[in-house]
Amino acid sequence: MKLNKFWFIIAAVFLIGIAFTMVADNEFYFYATYAVMQLMIMGIAWNILGGFTGYVNFGSGGFFAAGAYTTVFLHRAFDAPPLLIAVLVAPMVCGLIGLGVGYFTLRLKGVYFAIATLAVAIILETIVVNWEFVGGAGGYYLLIPENVVFFDSYIEWLFVLILAITLIAIIVSRYLNSSKIGQGLAAIRDDELAAESMGVPTLKLKLISTTVMGGLMGAAGAPFPYFITFVEPASAFNLLVAVMAIAVPMIGGTASWIGPVIGGLLLGTIQETVTVNISSELNLLIVGVVLVGFISLAPQGITGLYQDFMRKRRKGND
Amino acid sequence: MIELFINAVVAGVLLGGFYAAVALGLSIVFGRLDIVNIAHPAFVIIGSYMAFYVNENFGLDPIVTSFLFLPVFFLLGIGMYRFYYICFERTGQESLSGLAYFFGIMFIIEVLIILVYGVDYRNVQAPYIGYSLWINDWIPLGGFRVSLPYRMLVPFAVAAVVTGGVYLYLSKTYLGRAILAVSQDRVALQLMGANPIKVKQWAFGIAIATAAIAGALLIVIHPVEPSVGRLYIGRVFAIVILGGMGSISGTFFAALMIGIAETLISTFIGPSWAPAAAYGILLVTLAVRPQGLFGRA
Repeated sequence: MKLNKFWFIIAAVFLIGIAFTMVADNEFYFYATYAVMQLMIMGIAWNILGGFTGYVNFGSGGFFAAGAYTTVFLHRAFDAPPLLIAVLVAPMVCGLIGLGVGYFTLRLKGVYFAIATLAVAIILETIVVNWEFVGGAGGYYLLIPENVVFFDSYIEWLFVLILAITLIAIIVSRYLNSSKIGQGLAAIRDDELAAESMGVPTLKLKLISTTVMGGLMGAAGAPFPYFITFVEPASAFNLLVAVMAIAVPMIGGTASWIGPVIGGLLLGTIQETVTVNISSELNLLIVGVVLVGFISLAPQGITGLYQDFMRKRRKGND
Repeated sequence: MIELFINAVVAGVLLGGFYAAVALGLSIVFGRLDIVNIAHPAFVIIGSYMAFYVNENFGLDPIVTSFLFLPVFFLLGIGMYRFYYICFERTGQESLSGLAYFFGIMFIIEVLIILVYGVDYRNVQAPYIGYSLWINDWIPLGGFRVSLPYRMLVPFAVAAVVTGGVYLYLSKTYLGRAILAVSQDRVALQLMGANPIKVKQWAFGIAIATAAIAGALLIVIHPVEPSVGRLYIGRVFAIVILGGMGSISGTFFAALMIGIAETLISTFIGPSWAPAAAYGILLVTLAVRPQGLFGRA
């Protein structure tokens, strides 16, 4: 019953999204919701490795940018193929990067892993800065195709695309969370040595975790060049991506798949509102303060607060 | 070619000395106390902007300023540790939450500086900036011309003195040895009647205080903008890990190595490849010899 409800909501959200493109005219709504969903995907991706498995990743920006630059590379190499191809290729490329990075760094514990991911991101950035084919340090312009099939404008197509990616990310994350893999990942998070000695295939599970994380980050990054039409290493590899990817699950709650969804909706909405109404610098400050506030005061995030609240209420009724 | 090589190595040594000053605080905090203060470079940038502010308004030398501000940074460090202890260490959540916490602090510092000073590069005025010491004027080097810019030489000298001071402090004084003790066996220290929290707090204060000096040296070496600190995260962690986690002399020599590697790469391959040098060395170290070059196995 619960499963049916989940799939029903997923289908309903997708259909409402498509209907939205038919009704709404103001392009701002699409730009704003696109940004919120991009944020949500990054949070979901980070949470698979950070929340489920307990490995902190500071290199989200690297994977995100690798997805964006896959699109740029395909655009340059094959004379602007449809975006859909890039969206399918980018997760594979980034998943492979994730697998490689995982293979080399997952033997490192905790802190060392976190620093190694940061190192990987900077090395990727240095390579892109020196790679003239994809624009180098100067960046790369993409022209948005003028004709779009079915939709009124290109941003509507991007909106539907990122909506689909978001829903797929949620489905993947929920599957990993509730399946046997998720139980294994949780065991690694709680006590890796104990899990290993009980016969949990820890290395294999961790590699699955990094690969899926990389793939989803790449999927979030793939439409990005078309969204802003100009990519440069400094913006694609921005530290902000890493901060956001951490902030979303931390605010929502890291233990379950629903956490980053809630966190993404909340943080994304706050961000868009503040950026439009006040200023983008203040918006960054708010993100940082909210992140640190949640980490120190409510380490279980909103879902944790909700569970505490329900527990207390049940106790009160008894 | 040889002249270029010699100059690159000399510049690398000077740069490395400065890197040691930046890594010093992290070597204490990360190497000895196991606190992953990823925000350390951000505190260094605060030090730079403080030196800039005083230099701009009162014309005081940036390095002298940093020494005057040491107590402020020391107290800031103590406050940071108190908060960290209450929120994370006491509840045993330092691994995931603690990491994310310092990451968030780093971000907040950066945004606050942007809000106050904007994203422009800032620099300072000092009598020694802009001149060089030519070694070949003093010692005949067989026709080679080797220069030591004072802009690099002064920071190197200050960094060397500060590193030496911290080394002596940690190995000779009572409190310094207590810091070593807390890194080796916390419970034993407690059984001896000492309070590990107080010791750690003291150590954290010293570590952040060194960031004030490192920040002043940074703005003497090159102009600073708020996000420059990010470039130093990988460098300083590479240096601390390479130097064998908490060994002050190891940190100093690892810093010289990274400095020389970077100047060699930027001289012979290209400056845009230099940032990857430290990270590459770091990754190789983590994969091959995680205890570092100078660490105990």
